[in-house]
Amino acid sequence: MKKSKLSILTNGIIRENPVLVLVLGTCPTLAISTQAINGIGMGLSVLVVLTCSNIIISALKRIIPDTVRIPCYIVVIATFVTIVQLFLKAYVPALDKALGVYIPLIVVNCIILGRAEAFASKNSVIDSALDGIGMGIGYTLTATVMACIRELLGSGTIFGATVTAGTITPFTIMVMAPGGFFVFGCLIALVNKLTKGRVRAKRQNKCMGCPGAAFCSKVEEGGCEE
Amino acid sequence: MNLSLTAAFYIVLSAIITNNYVLSKFLGICPFLGVSKKLDNAMGMSVAVIIVMVVATAVTWPIQHYLLDPRGIGYMQTIVFILVIAALVQLIEIFLKKYIPGLHKALGIYLPLITTNCAVLGVCVLNIDNEFSFVQSLLNSFGSGVGFMLAMFLFAGVRSKIETNDYPESFKGIASTLVAASITSLCFLGFSGMLEKIFGM
Repeated sequence: MKKSKLSILTNGIIRENPVLVLVLGTCPTLAISTQAINGIGMGLSVLVVLTCSNIIISALKRIIPDTVRIPCYIVVIATFVTIVQLFLKAYVPALDKALGVYIPLIVVNCIILGRAEAFASKNSVIDSALDGIGMGIGYTLTATVMACIRELLGSGTIFGATVTAGTITPFTIMVMAPGGFFVFGCLIALVNKLTKGRVRAKRQNKCMGCPGAAFCSKVEEGGCEE
Repeated sequence: MNLSLTAAFYIVLSAIITNNYVLSKFLGICPFLGVSKKLDNAMGMSVAVIIVMVVATAVTWPIQHYLLDPRGIGYMQTIVFILVIAALVQLIEIFLKKYIPGLHKALGIYLPLITTNCAVLGVCVLNIDNEFSFVQSLLNSFGSGVGFMLAMFLFAGVRSKIETNDYPESFKGIASTLVAASITSLCFLGFSGMLEKIFGM
């Protein structure tokens, strides 16, 4: 079964959107989506790391021994994360400060390890690069949309420009932790509604959203929960 | 080392309540959403997280301060920390398997998952970022682990109630879980500022 290059690219944006459909990489998405600009910054960082690590892992897939593949993937990913981290520190220090600890935490972002295991380790370099770009764009869009909603409701601005502030009192709770969970929950419910539950059925595979699915012994048994 | 008992309490309690890793810092959401359906699983996962967090801090703090910083390679932090954590988790697993098989049986399946738990790497990095001393770091890690446990426990209880409730079709599954998490997190927001008042920090 050969997929067209375009469908690999768009796969991550819509059909298998990492955040809304696969529900991966929840932690950074919730944490940084307080301002639209942070959403874009985080999204682009993830895109770069995801694409680069997908390329390298795909290129090395015949060299990496199967038994130690996860540590190898982690080293590759951590290398690119460090590069991005140093780059941000040097050129966009304000963004680096805003994203803080969530930049090094891209290493353990389930999207990246998940794509390395599920896609890059089985496909050609070009396909893996496209998959990385597609997934990265999907992540960036979702994180930015979520950040826009939270910023608008919580501070009455979008990208720092005043929209409703002054006319409607913003409810600060939206840029705090509970607002993150709430907006994310509502977005997922919206996706369920729009796709008439098809996406929800896809999520029934219990291990799909789990970061450890790549190397967990319980996957064959259908997950660690009943 | 002049760490008063009050300061020690303050670090532990604020890591548990006001700066709860899951509910206010969004670290370790994956296991929080994934393994909180049943109380037993929540318990196993949390105990494993507490152990790994404290051990990982005990190892990564000296590495950063005595190995990386003096050589000017502090930027290698991310790579070194994640490898150390991955190796540690393996070691703990082997150790438990050999010497405490009962505990290994209970925690076994959760241990591999912890390598990719962002709360563990997060606590190690944040200890360095906050410029905590070694003892403060250990206290903070322990508190964070207990905070994770508290959040998992409370949430496992909340989830067992909402499963049986009647809510809109679209909210079935993870959406309702997230909204429930939002309300649980709202409760923790109520504690903010409380500890500062009590301890006068």
